[in-house]
Amino acid sequence: MTDTRRASAPSRRRMLKAAASATALAALPFPAIVRAQSGPLNIGVLLPVSGVQALIGQSCKLGVDIAPAVLPELGYSAPIKVLFADTETNVDVARSRAEKLIADGANVLVGPFDSGAAGAIAQVAEQKGVPFVINIAAAPQITEQGYKFVFRNFPTSVDLVRNGLALMRDLFQATNTALRTCVFMHVNDTFGQANRKAIDAILPTLNYLPFRVVETISYDPAAKDLSVEVAKAKATNADFLMLVCRLNDAILLRREMVKQRWNPMGIIGPGNPGMYEAQFYKALGKLSDYCISNVPWYNPKSPVTAKVEAAFTKAFPQDKLMYHALNVGFTFEAIMVAADAYKRAGSTAGKALADAIRATDIAQRMMIGGPIKFNAKGQVEGIASAAIQNFDQQPKVVLPAAAAQAKPVFPQPEYKR
Amino acid sequence: MPAKTLATLAGIAAALVALYVWRLAALPGALLGNVVVAGVLTGLIYGLMALGLSVIFGVVRVVNFAHGEMMTIAMYAAVLLFGAFRLDPFLALAPVAVAFFAFGYALQAGLINPFVERPEHSQFMLLVAVAIIMVNGLLMGFGPDARSAQVDYALDSFEVGPLVVDKVRVYAASVAVLLAAGLFAFFRLTATGRAIRACADNLLGAKVVGLDVKRYYALTFGIGAALVGAAGVLQAMLVDVTPALGPVYTLLAFVIVIVGGLGSMGGALAGGVLIGLSEALAGVAFTPSAKSMFSFALLILVLLLRPQGLLGKKAG
Repeated sequence: MTDTRRASAPSRRRMLKAAASATALAALPFPAIVRAQSGPLNIGVLLPVSGVQALIGQSCKLGVDIAPAVLPELGYSAPIKVLFADTETNVDVARSRAEKLIADGANVLVGPFDSGAAGAIAQVAEQKGVPFVINIAAAPQITEQGYKFVFRNFPTSVDLVRNGLALMRDLFQATNTALRTCVFMHVNDTFGQANRKAIDAILPTLNYLPFRVVETISYDPAAKDLSVEVAKAKATNADFLMLVCRLNDAILLRREMVKQRWNPMGIIGPGNPGMYEAQFYKALGKLSDYCISNVPWYNPKSPVTAKVEAAFTKAFPQDKLMYHALNVGFTFEAIMVAADAYKRAGSTAGKALADAIRATDIAQRMMIGGPIKFNAKGQVEGIASAAIQNFDQQPKVVLPAAAAQAKPVFPQPEYKR
Repeated sequence: MPAKTLATLAGIAAALVALYVWRLAALPGALLGNVVVAGVLTGLIYGLMALGLSVIFGVVRVVNFAHGEMMTIAMYAAVLLFGAFRLDPFLALAPVAVAFFAFGYALQAGLINPFVERPEHSQFMLLVAVAIIMVNGLLMGFGPDARSAQVDYALDSFEVGPLVVDKVRVYAASVAVLLAAGLFAFFRLTATGRAIRACADNLLGAKVVGLDVKRYYALTFGIGAALVGAAGVLQAMLVDVTPALGPVYTLLAFVIVIVGGLGSMGGALAGGVLIGLSEALAGVAFTPSAKSMFSFALLILVLLLRPQGLLGKKAG
């Protein structure tokens, strides 16, 4: 008689085999199969709504909040469900929250307004086979890794800087100014370093820009005091300040410039956030005026902008879209890319969605530039920049001339109390 | 430490100082003057903050690991009072310091006194727990966003020749010096101050002559808390406050008191000025991103060459 109990009894070897099998099964790319079901598209949104970049993250989130109301008007009637996570302006938190969102059923990830966080989330998305649409993050290396599930609807820092420097030439021509020297200050994070590399590489090749960088000063994006940095920049006697900043540091720096009575001919951002954000105007008032940001901007004549603006005004009657233009515009477009892919793929499976995103061709968009199309690396091309100057605590397009809402003022007037 | 190792370390230190001086010598005089003044003024406020920590340790022999968090609470208090009543932080200083004295007294009397005789790891865990509660309480109450108290004269400066000095920083540093002087006078000239010093210098003797040591411990913690409260109010005028600042200031206070000499009041002030100056000069001589690096390098040098700190007394 055979002992059936013995055959089925647990043993250490059997337990180890079972554990190994379970581990192997868990490692298989199951999500693509499991999630290929009908139902709403679960969009996992990652943004820094707390920490150093909180105010910009909160601004981006407004674009998420209005998306469910606007998308049906644009023909994307399939239901979407937003799963939100705060990256806390921390790369490690961004990575773990991306993993959690996918575990919670996110079919596609959107976010995260930060190059460092985007790099971390991209690794998770690639590993799990879940498409990731970047709203704002410029470090070129994110789309240089050969990823199959990572897409970026935002220019790289190389493109941002190239466009921004070209706009400087236009600005100097339009205002008939000749500048010889510049001091370059930048945040010392992934984004700031990428911008610095781009400027170091591109600026020497541009014969049409007559100025030279006399000093480069990097600083911590979470700095609480920029007095030393400003003193050092002031001592260069440079004609103008080229500034790659975030928001909080931009506010600190502008205040410190007034305290130290440093009045360069102007402050120009070659392709960075900070000086056109709602909080910049709120915190600085008149001090925010005349700062110039050469950045991608929204097209006020686009029908998509009209719908977004209507939804924005309805949802946030106390606020104005122009104070959140770039953040809301690119965040909304990232969600639109996901909804468009879902519409064409008819599936929430990761690979089907990624294939559909790769074939994206959206002509009607909110931001200035060509249609939303991704190249083989998942990088969008053809996004233009505009020169935005602050007047009466409002951002106005001053260049290119065809889209200008006001004439550029340069050199900027000295601040008086 | 063997003489050979000591000589090697001294050589490295001398080389670093020479490099530092060489870099500084190449800077324009006006820039150097502005940075030195700003560094000293900031350092005086740092010194006031660290003075609280040093006083508490010098007497109670408990290290306050919630020191930076207490300072952050004081900064929020100043910002709130300014937001609600437009109360200038310099005027808010007295009520906040008094409230912090009461808080510190109650904390020592109710919570820390039972731990004074316990092992150091128990004291450490207790105060780390207090710090974590404070940070999370601030996060729950105020969220993570930065807040500031921008007074009308926040952007004003004094101009003296080539020097342009931030008005708020001058006022804040002056108040810090006055408070430190007041504290020195209190410990030297008053009976209560002398009794507290007696508890610090000879605990057994203090008990023998009938001093209520536990009460004096509570008073000392209250004084330390009042100092850090005052420093927080002053600092609120210079930097925007977030809950995350707490651990940063705790670490900074530790660096300062270790450099200056743990338990030494003069050392705390001197350490504050030295660290403020070191941050400012490193930022301008090398790169601003390396400011903290130089402070920690200074800390390591002091720990190696003079473990008791610049003005501290040797143990035993």
